Amino acid sequence: MPNSPDSPLKTYLDHLSRGELAYQFSPEAGRAVFYPRVICPFTGSDKLEWRISKGLGTVYATTIVHPAEGKPFNVALIDCDEGFRLMSRVEDIAPEQVRIGQRVRFRVHTSSGDDPYPVFTPVEGA
Amino acid sequence: MDGLKRGSAAIVGVAESDLGQVADGMSVTDLMAQGTRRALDDCGLSLKDIDGLFCATAQSRLSVLGLAEYLGVDPKYIGSTIVGGSSFEFHVAHAMGAIALGLCNVALIAYGSTQRTIGRKQASVRETNPYETPFKPFLPSTAYALAASRHMHEFGTTREQLAAVAVAAREWALLNPKAWEKKPLSIADVLSSRMVSYPFTVRDCCLVTDGGGAIIVTSAERAKSLKKPPAYVLGCGHSVTHANITSMPDLTVTGALASGKAAYAMAGLGPADIDAVELYDAFTINTMLFLEDLGFCKKGEGGAFVSGGRIAPGGGLAVNTNGGGLSYCHPGMYGLLLLIEAVRQLRGECGARQVKNCEVAMAHGNGGVLSSQATVILGTSATL
Repeated sequence: MPNSPDSPLKTYLDHLSRGELAYQFSPEAGRAVFYPRVICPFTGSDKLEWRISKGLGTVYATTIVHPAEGKPFNVALIDCDEGFRLMSRVEDIAPEQVRIGQRVRFRVHTSSGDDPYPVFTPVEGA
Repeated sequence: MDGLKRGSAAIVGVAESDLGQVADGMSVTDLMAQGTRRALDDCGLSLKDIDGLFCATAQSRLSVLGLAEYLGVDPKYIGSTIVGGSSFEFHVAHAMGAIALGLCNVALIAYGSTQRTIGRKQASVRETNPYETPFKPFLPSTAYALAASRHMHEFGTTREQLAAVAVAAREWALLNPKAWEKKPLSIADVLSSRMVSYPFTVRDCCLVTDGGGAIIVTSAERAKSLKKPPAYVLGCGHSVTHANITSMPDLTVTGALASGKAAYAMAGLGPADIDAVELYDAFTINTMLFLEDLGFCKKGEGGAFVSGGRIAPGGGLAVNTNGGGLSYCHPGMYGLLLLIEAVRQLRGECGARQVKNCEVAMAHGNGGVLSSQATVILGTSATL
């Protein structure tokens, strides 16, 4: 069997660089898998499909990190509507305004030299 | 734990190494060896009796080799399972199994850390996780803070209730001459301390100290003829639910639920039978989560349970009687010190902090970010 051409991380990052939040779906388990991997943790199968999230989710847990230097910032766990959870942060509001249960929408954070990563912003009117 | 026989092995020797801030240049193996010498003296065995060797430390990748070399032993059985602070509760079960199979007869379990002397950044390897590291979580505090946020949301737990855990630990520590912290602490002190990762201030977080020690486990048969009363291993259980906090299925329910269930089943005991409860309190939320998951109170009631001095000296339940990781000592992987305190409580060696008529004690270890849980239930000969 030839080696895999891409790692799960590379595929994930390639999607992010195109502005997409990608996750895997296990047809045999009938549920989402995240973080991306080479076999499904529910069935052990290597049949995993890549899907693109609609980018909507809900804050599951939240904290404010107070670094020794610099401003406090948010770290949150987000439950995406497709049924997977990821670590991220909610931007555009003060960290103390981030609430469990809050509806949030994905956007890509990019900065030169670093890999892109997903952040979230509050959904207006939610 | 299935396959292990209740009471077939016992902890016969226990000792801390130097604690708090140790001498410059002291290595983790120096501390393990110091604990070993003292634990051997505690039980009357000698180095040549040791034929099983177990250890774990964050500061040495091949620590069991270093310890074997240092002690000049070529043990029949070795184990260096490393799953964070609960590693030593895992080692007790593994040693018990090895002894039962005749793979060894006298097992040494050792630990050392110089994280305070050399600095936390030097003491453990920084690991990168592409799905978490970009968000700069201050680990492990941030992971436990996320769990606390969820507990507060679901059950109405308050910062004051979390602080009550730290205050109780401090009151116990003031009764322990070896404790790092020497001054009283109030709920207001905890709340007004420097914020680390909301809702935790620095007083919701464990100490950063040096320290270590050793314990000696042998067969129940051999244990009878040694210096001090054996602490029999009545029950063990463990559970591994995740490695990273993002993958923890439910942040309000830990693997202590499963590890406790297995340990209780093996021991034939329940929470009401435990006289001294030693829980891994890396953060104030830990004590609440483990009290709930180990059945001392219902899920969600941990906050009310710890209030009003219930787990402080003189309260209804003796919890973390040495002062815990919050106020006694936390060298990074505190689980060995839980076992030492549980054994000493069973022997009646604890002076001002001694729990009356202590026949059954629990040491519950936690590792990673609520990731690995291991419960050990110990009892006196009266409980066999």
